[in-house]
Amino acid sequence: MARLLVIGFVLGATAIASAAEPSVKRGRDLYMNVGCYLCHGTEGQGSGAGLKLTPDPLPAEAIANFIRNTDPTTPSFAAMPSYSEKVLSDADVADIAAFLASIPAPKSPDSIPALKDLKPGK
Amino acid sequence: MAKSKSNLEVGRRKFLSRVAVAGAASAIPAVSQATTPVVKPATALPPSAAQMTAEFGAPSDQLAEATPKVVGQACHASDFMVDVLKTLNIDHVFSNPGSSFLGLHESIVNYGGNTKPDFITAMHEESAAAMANGYYKAAGKPAATLAHSTVGLQHAAMGIYNAWCDRVPMINMLGNTLDLTKRAGGNDWRHSAQDPVGMVRDFIKWDDQPTTLQGFAESMVHGYKIAMTPPMEPIAIVVDSELQEEVHADRSTLVIPKYTPSVPPAGEAGAVKETARLLVQAERPVIIVDRMARSENGMKLMIELAELLTCPVLDLNSRQNLPNMHFLNQNGQRGPLISNADVVLGIEVTDFWGQVNQFARGETLGRRRVKADAKLITIGVADVYMKSNYQDFQRYAPVDISISGDGEATLPALIEAVKSALSNERKSALAMRADGFRKKHADAYEASRQAAALGWDSSPVSTSRLCMDLWQVIKDEDWALVSVGASAAFFSNWPHRLWNIDRHYRFLGFGAGGGVGYGLPAAVGAAMANKALGRFSVNIQCDGDFMYANGALWTAAHHRVPLLTVMHNNRAYGQETMLIQGVANRRERGIENSKIGTEIDNPPINYAKLAEGMGVWSAGPILDPADLAPALKRAVAVVKKGLPALVDVVTQTR
Repeated sequence: MARLLVIGFVLGATAIASAAEPSVKRGRDLYMNVGCYLCHGTEGQGSGAGLKLTPDPLPAEAIANFIRNTDPTTPSFAAMPSYSEKVLSDADVADIAAFLASIPAPKSPDSIPALKDLKPGK
Repeated sequence: MAKSKSNLEVGRRKFLSRVAVAGAASAIPAVSQATTPVVKPATALPPSAAQMTAEFGAPSDQLAEATPKVVGQACHASDFMVDVLKTLNIDHVFSNPGSSFLGLHESIVNYGGNTKPDFITAMHEESAAAMANGYYKAAGKPAATLAHSTVGLQHAAMGIYNAWCDRVPMINMLGNTLDLTKRAGGNDWRHSAQDPVGMVRDFIKWDDQPTTLQGFAESMVHGYKIAMTPPMEPIAIVVDSELQEEVHADRSTLVIPKYTPSVPPAGEAGAVKETARLLVQAERPVIIVDRMARSENGMKLMIELAELLTCPVLDLNSRQNLPNMHFLNQNGQRGPLISNADVVLGIEVTDFWGQVNQFARGETLGRRRVKADAKLITIGVADVYMKSNYQDFQRYAPVDISISGDGEATLPALIEAVKSALSNERKSALAMRADGFRKKHADAYEASRQAAALGWDSSPVSTSRLCMDLWQVIKDEDWALVSVGASAAFFSNWPHRLWNIDRHYRFLGFGAGGGVGYGLPAAVGAAMANKALGRFSVNIQCDGDFMYANGALWTAAHHRVPLLTVMHNNRAYGQETMLIQGVANRRERGIENSKIGTEIDNPPINYAKLAEGMGVWSAGPILDPADLAPALKRAVAVVKKGLPALVDVVTQTR
């Protein structure tokens, strides 16, 4: 019984904290721990396996709507895995969105020598 | 004794003169003069009986009885085998030494002078096969492997399967002792089989087990021809250990048959003409091409066909068929191009069904990606030759025209047919499409350039930074990206998005069977070919793949193979981590345990130290992206001196 109370307290505290103010630090921890970074990169830059999330990340509600409604029939290697509320709460999503919003704007490719002078072909 | 040696030399000269006549072929250089073997006194004490028993499971006196005695104009059978290899212009024999092919090994290094072929020490037979795979794709001609028929072939099987799926020819020679009365005991038995090739016969094209020396010559030339006839595939020849040790009484009676390459089968003229008509009339055609270009000529043909029709091309990149910077290379537009197409032409595409259909979990028939009235055409040799057990043939694709013919061999006729069907007016109309494709290509390129900047300074190093810092140090060389492991998607395809891949040899595809352990040894084999061709070889090496076959680094060091290996060290089996995550989420169990079994961490592997321990120059592990470019520059300098180098970069997952 005592154990249940402790768990309840922790969950409640988390929900309250998230409801009060999304936590960038917790959002970063979640982003790394629930596997977002695998496909989307540690700075939300995206990759061949996942869309870029930064700059200008979607708001938390839009992210939640997307990850709760992925197509479960699509082969898992071709689609965003579904994250139900059981796996990732709305408060968790809010924290992740706060983390993404905190990532500084990327450099312009024109300011990077290795990317500056690249030209497409004929 | 002196007389015997003289007779041997005369016999060899006479033999070589015959070979020059009988064995010369239009596409194969004649035999070079082999080094005359000299009998030297022993320089080391022979092994003791105990040592021999430990190594061979047999007392030394039994082996001594089997030692051939050279007489008259006789020749060592395995010397003749080397002449066959020389006639076939085999440059390298990739092998790990073994007691079932001692005779041939000795003949390669002594009688043959260890040149054309030389004996390349692989540290695993899977690596030997992968080296031969990479070598073919860079050199355009097969190499040989040499292994025990049982334990060696079991190791080699994965490498051979990758080659089978990649339509790569290679000559696999297998030591075996068929006659049980000739087996000394112990490993002679364990290393012999009645039908040794049986375990790989489902994924090789042909095999033989010759019992005579003349039979060996014929089977080798025959097998070479079969391997090199599209669809090109591996073959295997069992080289009996007793046959290797024979002394042939009269060498002048042996003939190496003339090798005449098969003209690749081209598509039937009527079907080709109808294909041309459909392509010319189409408003939204698209060409999908995969293992078509075997050479620079294949790329030139692809460019000519695409430009004639102003037709977008989706290059699946198992070979580099069209330069990635060509405006008609529209790989970034795959979805809309296929779904809107009125004609889709697939050239040497293994899974054409998968290109024009979408398959989702729970479905049986899949969903047609193309319009219902789109005309579907295929050109390829898949229907000419395939086997049933391993399912590499993919799903059956209903099409409107199916042309059985080699892609590269059929393109000249298709190009001429298009020219005939193309009026000046239609040609002008088709050319109107060009500006749209130029814009889409340029937009896709710019989008990739912008995307590459995201996370540029992140640590672990982004894969865009990995690839673009690498591009900066190799772009002025005559470079070739010889290996990327099983997929360039593992690092988000940055080379194809932003490098200038303008030649056929600049990209050699993937480990086609998805068998892990292809990357590094295939790179070493390809780099050996490129060394002779003066090209600078680069390998982007995934960490999981590396650990299957890292002994190939030692091979590169030992044989002084110039090869720049850049580690994509994401400390995980990245794809599998993602896949497990997907399954766990679908079952609502969370992903906390997804790293179990998929991470390559705790402890992390230091690939730079590992390379250093094998005699390879190395740098890293690099975590700070600012350290990457300087390390790559130093590594390039090492490679330009003719040596391998490895830069270990700790990277983002993809």
